[in-house]
Amino acid sequence: MSVLHSLIGRRRFLASTLVGTIGVFLSVTAAMAQASGDTSIRPFKFHASDEALADLRRRIAATKWPSRELVTDASQGVQLAAMRELARYWQTDYEWRKFEARLNALPQFMTTIDGVDIHFIHVRSKHPNALPVIVTHGWPGSIIEQLKIIDPLTNPTAHGGSASDAFDIVIPSLPGHGFSGKPTILGWDPIRIARAWIVLMKRLGYTRYVAQGGDWGNAVTEQMALLAPPELVGIHTNMPATIPDDIAKALQSGGPPPSGLSADERYAYDQLDFFYKHGLAYAQEMGNRPQTLYGIEDSPVGLAAWMLDHDARSYALIARVFAGQPEGLTRDDILDNVTLYWLTNTAVSSARLYWESKLAFFAPKGIVIPVAVSAFPDEIYTAPRSWTERAYPKLIHYNRLPKGGHFAAWEQPQLFAEELRAAFKTLR
Amino acid sequence: MIMSTPSSSPTRRDLLVLSAAAGAASLLPASTGAATGGDAIRPFSINVPEEELVELRRRIAATRWPEKETVADQSQGVQLATIQKLARYWATDYDWRKIEAKLNALPQFITEIDGLDIHFIHVRSKHENALPLIVTHGWPGSVIEQLKIVAPLTNPTAHSASASDAFHLVIPSMPGYGFSGKPATTGWGPERMGRAWEELMKRLGYTRYVAQGGDWGAFVVDQMGLQAPAGLLAIHTNMPATVPADVDRALQLGDPPPSGLSAEERRAYEQLVRTFKQVEYARMMAARPQTLYGIADSPVGLAAWLLDHNDADGQPAAAVVSALDRTTSATGELTRDEILDNITLYWLTNTGVSASRLYWEYRGGFFNAKGVKIPVAVTVFPGEQYQAPRSWTETAYPKLIYYHRAEKGGHFAAWEQPMIFTKELRAAFRSLR
Repeated sequence: MSVLHSLIGRRRFLASTLVGTIGVFLSVTAAMAQASGDTSIRPFKFHASDEALADLRRRIAATKWPSRELVTDASQGVQLAAMRELARYWQTDYEWRKFEARLNALPQFMTTIDGVDIHFIHVRSKHPNALPVIVTHGWPGSIIEQLKIIDPLTNPTAHGGSASDAFDIVIPSLPGHGFSGKPTILGWDPIRIARAWIVLMKRLGYTRYVAQGGDWGNAVTEQMALLAPPELVGIHTNMPATIPDDIAKALQSGGPPPSGLSADERYAYDQLDFFYKHGLAYAQEMGNRPQTLYGIEDSPVGLAAWMLDHDARSYALIARVFAGQPEGLTRDDILDNVTLYWLTNTAVSSARLYWESKLAFFAPKGIVIPVAVSAFPDEIYTAPRSWTERAYPKLIHYNRLPKGGHFAAWEQPQLFAEELRAAFKTLR
Repeated sequence: MIMSTPSSSPTRRDLLVLSAAAGAASLLPASTGAATGGDAIRPFSINVPEEELVELRRRIAATRWPEKETVADQSQGVQLATIQKLARYWATDYDWRKIEAKLNALPQFITEIDGLDIHFIHVRSKHENALPLIVTHGWPGSVIEQLKIVAPLTNPTAHSASASDAFHLVIPSMPGYGFSGKPATTGWGPERMGRAWEELMKRLGYTRYVAQGGDWGAFVVDQMGLQAPAGLLAIHTNMPATVPADVDRALQLGDPPPSGLSAEERRAYEQLVRTFKQVEYARMMAARPQTLYGIADSPVGLAAWLLDHNDADGQPAAAVVSALDRTTSATGELTRDEILDNITLYWLTNTGVSASRLYWEYRGGFFNAKGVKIPVAVTVFPGEQYQAPRSWTETAYPKLIYYHRAEKGGHFAAWEQPMIFTKELRAAFRSLR
């Protein structure tokens, strides 16, 4: 329990976060922040300046375009027609203020952990026995990925669940991402972030909670599980790290898959083979030379294209959305996220996480606490049950979903919320 | 971009007048036919509209910067202080018109080959028996890499050599690069370029010539060596592809080197291990060139991307980093202006992405021996990504006519050490004259 909490009282804190208005609370907290030093929790809102938004539109309008790709598919990268349509919409119809209002309607806070300001959304359920969950986004994501699951998780009775399905939800921005601070020193890898999240949950007064993540969020969540603080009772991942050694070696050699793979294993193998051959280059560049990416800090269209190109399936989804076939994500969803990166100037600072991390993306890490896994079909790879059982000896939930991809919470919030309810049912 | 090409095909006389006026050529070879129809060779010069230069300076001044890297060295990429200092100069004192005048003082031409406009510099020596030579640049280079070798190679008597060292020099811009056309269809890899260069030399009337290249230029001359057109006597490469199959396999798999390597081979192996860790930019361009909208739209983004090519002594290349602090050079060493000339050329021709596509087009290995059977000359520069051992080089190129380890120079050898490079070419091809 933090100094702040004990000073102002848990009841009052609850009331504040519930209504999401922070008027009086704000000034009290600001004073507390001064008094209590590192452990203060300050309310937070974001307001982009009109100049920043005008400058963004001006830059989009002034984009210098390359020539069209030489192919009729996405095999050379983000296609010119898709980027042109995105830029047109971004410059003329897109409204950041709508999103800003939506974000500011949520209880957001800032607290300093290990020398870095950590931004987070914190929504408590009205149900007293709600299970606290900390959900971590990845790259090229942000807390925007999680906004659609807040209500289903915290207010289950309004979303087809029962009071016993309720969660209190904490959604932090990774360091160097979104509104969190940008580390100016080395060492902010997923392990250090995991330690910070453990501090954050403690600071919020949670003594028994679960953690969830995909992409970098998975790496952080897995590291939390390895650190295994007693209050962490289980994790859920939608990008599990399960690849057995022999499979990893075969993939690296680029040779044929080992014999005897089941259909699910073969499907996963082929997905990974494609990703390693055609889809990993951006991660390798950010892993080695994040600072060289001045172009994505200086060019909105350059940033958007770099972010859209995370993996083939999610790019295809986004391209379809901009071609007028809404499914899962909307044009505004995508541009809210890109614009957040732009306005917070975090293209390069977020890329540095790839440089910092020395962890293998998909190698099993030896987690012994309870793990729940949801395998989405359009994820970079759909982890087979066989590999998952070996990677996580205390597997408490495994489910293959009919739809959804890398940005599962963002694309399929209802399915995702149902997964989290089912995943953690046994831990309540 | 205004490319002043006459609307009608020039006559041979026009061409002669133009190249003579440029003060660098005497006579076209007697066998050159009138340049007409699809084979037309059109004179070319550059005149960038002032608005484009103003716009470039405006964009540089309006750059939105990331914060400083979190390390004190270059291990996270091109450092903020380095690029900011360069950008300040670029936006204020740098003068594109100087390089434009220098380029326009050379005889430049455009000719359509295989459906694509190919830009080239063509300087004939006044010496009758000069050896025709086609020199191909690489990425992130351009014809600008070769400008300092033009006079020493074509006019050797003014550069401490004899008339028998003279070359007629052809320096094309690769498709998608500089003033050459941008391919609109796939297929323009080094193989196709090799065939286009053969056609170019034929069109210029050369029936007996040599070819030279480094970086992508080395891939192109290796391909020419494999294609072995009748007129091609030999090639010279300053980025030889010599790695034996077992070593190449170990490199790809991240395995320890095969046993029995000599000290020199072991060193080359270690340099290659390092190099393959430093070529993420190449992997990105090979996988997703079109995604690099940021280098098309941001001058500083483009500059950093082009600067971050590695050499033996660093990433970015140590030779390039030291050039950023060199404002003048008496000995031909690389200067800040030359670095910016090359970057500005990419910017003004909007070739950041089109140039990247070459990495996508190419599906072969990088430094593995390609099986070239014709005579080959090799210069190993100490700053190149790896120093090809003589043993590997002899195996890779069974008709090795020349192998020399130069005392200075690196990945951009002709640009960094034009006099040493020139001497190497003279010595390399002496036996073929």
